[in-house]
Amino acid sequence: MELSTKELLKWSAAVKLREKSKRENRFEHGHRMCAGCGAPTVVKMVLLATEYPVVVSNATGCLEVSSCIQDYTAWRVPWIHTAFENAAATLAGVETMYRALQKSGKAPENVKFIAFGGDGGTYDIGLQSLSGAMERGHDMLYVCYDNGAYMNTGIQRSSATPLGADTTTSPAGSANPAGKMQTRKDLTRIMAAHGIPYAAQASPSHWLDLMTKVKKAHEIKGPKFINILAPCNRGWRTATDNSIEISRLAVETCYWPLYEVENGQLRVTFVPEEKKPAELFFKPQGRFKHLFAPENEGFLKRVQAEIDRVWQGLLKESAASENVSPGQAG
Amino acid sequence: MGKIVAVTGNEAVANALRQADPDVCSLYPITPQTDIVQRFSSFVANGLVKTELINAESEHSAMSAAIGAAAAGGRVITATSSQGMALMWEMLHIASGMNLPIIMPLVNRALSAPLNIHGDHSDGMGARDTGWVQLWSESAQEAYDNTIMAFRVGEHMDIRLPVMVCMDGFIVSHSIARMEYLEDGEVKKFIGPYVPKNPLLDIEHPKSFGPLILTDLYHEYKRLQHEIMGRVKNVVLQVSDEFARLSGRKYGLFESYRLEDAEIALVILNSAAGTSKDVVDELRGKGIKAGLLKPRLFRPFPYEEVGQALKHLKAVCVMDRADSFGGYGPMFMEISSAMYQADGGQRPRLINKIYGLGGRDFMPHDARGVLLELVEIAKGAPVRTVKEYIGVRE
Repeated sequence: MELSTKELLKWSAAVKLREKSKRENRFEHGHRMCAGCGAPTVVKMVLLATEYPVVVSNATGCLEVSSCIQDYTAWRVPWIHTAFENAAATLAGVETMYRALQKSGKAPENVKFIAFGGDGGTYDIGLQSLSGAMERGHDMLYVCYDNGAYMNTGIQRSSATPLGADTTTSPAGSANPAGKMQTRKDLTRIMAAHGIPYAAQASPSHWLDLMTKVKKAHEIKGPKFINILAPCNRGWRTATDNSIEISRLAVETCYWPLYEVENGQLRVTFVPEEKKPAELFFKPQGRFKHLFAPENEGFLKRVQAEIDRVWQGLLKESAASENVSPGQAG
Repeated sequence: MGKIVAVTGNEAVANALRQADPDVCSLYPITPQTDIVQRFSSFVANGLVKTELINAESEHSAMSAAIGAAAAGGRVITATSSQGMALMWEMLHIASGMNLPIIMPLVNRALSAPLNIHGDHSDGMGARDTGWVQLWSESAQEAYDNTIMAFRVGEHMDIRLPVMVCMDGFIVSHSIARMEYLEDGEVKKFIGPYVPKNPLLDIEHPKSFGPLILTDLYHEYKRLQHEIMGRVKNVVLQVSDEFARLSGRKYGLFESYRLEDAEIALVILNSAAGTSKDVVDELRGKGIKAGLLKPRLFRPFPYEEVGQALKHLKAVCVMDRADSFGGYGPMFMEISSAMYQADGGQRPRLINKIYGLGGRDFMPHDARGVLLELVEIAKGAPVRTVKEYIGVRE
C-alpha cells in the first residue's frame, strides 16, 4: 500500500527526512554482506534514526563477520563483538560502566547503546542473556534483524524460521514434505511480556515507521527491543534486487505485522488497506516452493490460518488499547 | 599498620575487593563463592564502594558483562567457582584475547558429575589454557594479598591481562583464620587509579573490539598473546616486591620450603601445602631431608625457576588435586616439563599422586605416607606406579 500524503508528512516530520538525507552514514560502505541483503539496510536505518553518540554491540553472525574484519570496519562508531549468545550481556556491561564513570564525570553525555543480533543469536542461543538484560533494566536498545534462520552458517532452522520453510536442517523431503513443522516463536511479544517500556516490530519496507520507532525508543529510558525483518536472498531463495519488495509483502500479508507495545499498551502501527493472501509472500521464495506441490495441498491453508490468528489477536488488542488510552491512537 | 582479624577466606577476599573499589562488579551466585558477592553487594548497598553491580542471569553473562564493562574503560571484578567457571569458559578466552584486566577470585570447587560442592582444583586447572594469569593461595591471608596484587599485575600497561586468584573452596573460603588486613588508604595507594587503554567509551575515537581475523593474522595475534604472557613473571615479581615493602609479606613465583638442602620434596598447591609443611618439619626432626615447593604463579608457569629449585633433589612427588583423565595430573605435567628442560639434565625421580578430590580431607598421614615413599625411591627403590590416587576408600 502507498502511504497517504498525510501519513507521509507526519512521519517525515517526525524523523526529519531532509536532515537525515544529509547525515553521514555511521554504517559505511565496504562491508562484505551479500548483494541484496536486508540487514545492512536495517542497520543504516537504525543508525540514521539515532541522533546521539552510540556504542554498538554485535552478536556473532552475518552482520558481525562481514562488517569488521581486521584491519577494516564499516562501523564509524565504537563497536564490540564478544560472542554469539551475549550481545545483550556484553552491552549491559558497557552501559553499566558508562553509568559508573558518569558518576565521577568521566564519561560523555547522552550516549545510547544498541545491540544488533540475528534471529539465531536472539531468539535461540541469546534469549537468556537478552531476557536478563531486559529484566535488569539496562538503558539500551536491542535490535534483532530477523532473517528467519542461521544464515551465516548456511541456512539452518532457528525458532524464528516460519512454519513450512525448507532450511538445511528442516529440509522438505519424501518423509517430511512440508519442511519446518513448527510455528515461529513470537519473540516480540515475549519481550513485551518482560514489562519493558518499549517493544516493537518493524520492516525496512516501511522505513518511516521503522525510524520513528527507533527514534521513539531512544527517548525512553530503560530497556527497549525492536524486531526488524531482514530478508536474506540466499536463505529465502529470492532475487537479489527485491528485499524491500519482499519485506513489503511480508507486512501487507500480515505475515510480519507492524506494531509497538509501549508501557504495556499494544498498538498496530500499520494496517494494510487490503490484507493480501499469504501466498503472495510465500510464492516468490524458493524456501516455500515445496508448499505449492500437490503433496502439500492444504498446508498453505494452515499457514494462512496461523497468520490470521496472530493478526486478528493483534488488532483486537490494539483496539482495546486505543479504548484505554485514546491519546495514543492513530 | 594493618589490623589483625579472624575471618574466613571469602570475607578476606571480599574486603580486598572493597579496598580496590572497582567501577563495576558483575556477579552470579555459586557455592562456595557466593559469600564473596553477597558481602560485596552489601558494601555497595551501604555505600562503602562506588561500584555499580550487575546481577547477571548466569556466569556466562557475568563474564560477558565483565568484558563489556572492562572494554568500556574501567576497573571490573567478578568471582566464581566450579560449574560457573565451566560455563564462563568460552568467555574466559575472549577476556584474555581482548587484553582486559578483569580480576576474578576463583574459589576452587570440584566439577560435576557427580555433583559436589567441595574444594578441589578441577575448575582452575580446566581454565589453564584460557590466557588468564593464575595466582594460587594457601590461606585467607594469601588470597587477600594475591587479590590486591592481582589488580597491579593485570592492569600493568606491559600486559593488560585478566587475573584469577584461586583459593580452596570451604577449606579456606569458609574457615576462620587469623590474618592481617592492610589499611584501606594503603591499599588504595598501592593499587592506584585505573588507567583505561583504548576505552570503548572514547566516543570521539571509535574503537572496534572483537573483529574477525582469519588465516592471515590470527596466528600472529596468538603469538602476541604468548609474548605478553612472557612479560607477566617480571611484573609479578616487581609487584610482589613492592607489596613486601608495604606489608612485610614476601611472595615469589612459588614458595620454597626447606628445599635448599632437601633430598625429597612435595610439589603441592594451596591449603594442602600448609598441612604438608608441618609433616616436612616433623620428618626433618627425624633426620629426613624433606622439603616442599608450593607454586603460586601457575599461569604463566615459571618452568626455569622451578626446574632450578628442584633439580638437586633425588625424588619428588607432584601432588594434584585435579585429574586429567587419561593423562598425568595437570601439575605433574608442568613439573615434568620443567625438569626435562632443567640445566645439565640433572633431575629427580618424579611420581604423581592424585589427592583430595571433591573435598576429600588431606591429612598429615597422607603427606607422611607420600614422603616416606619418596625416601625409599630416593634410595633407589623402584617406582610402583607413576600416577596413583591416594586417600581412596577401598
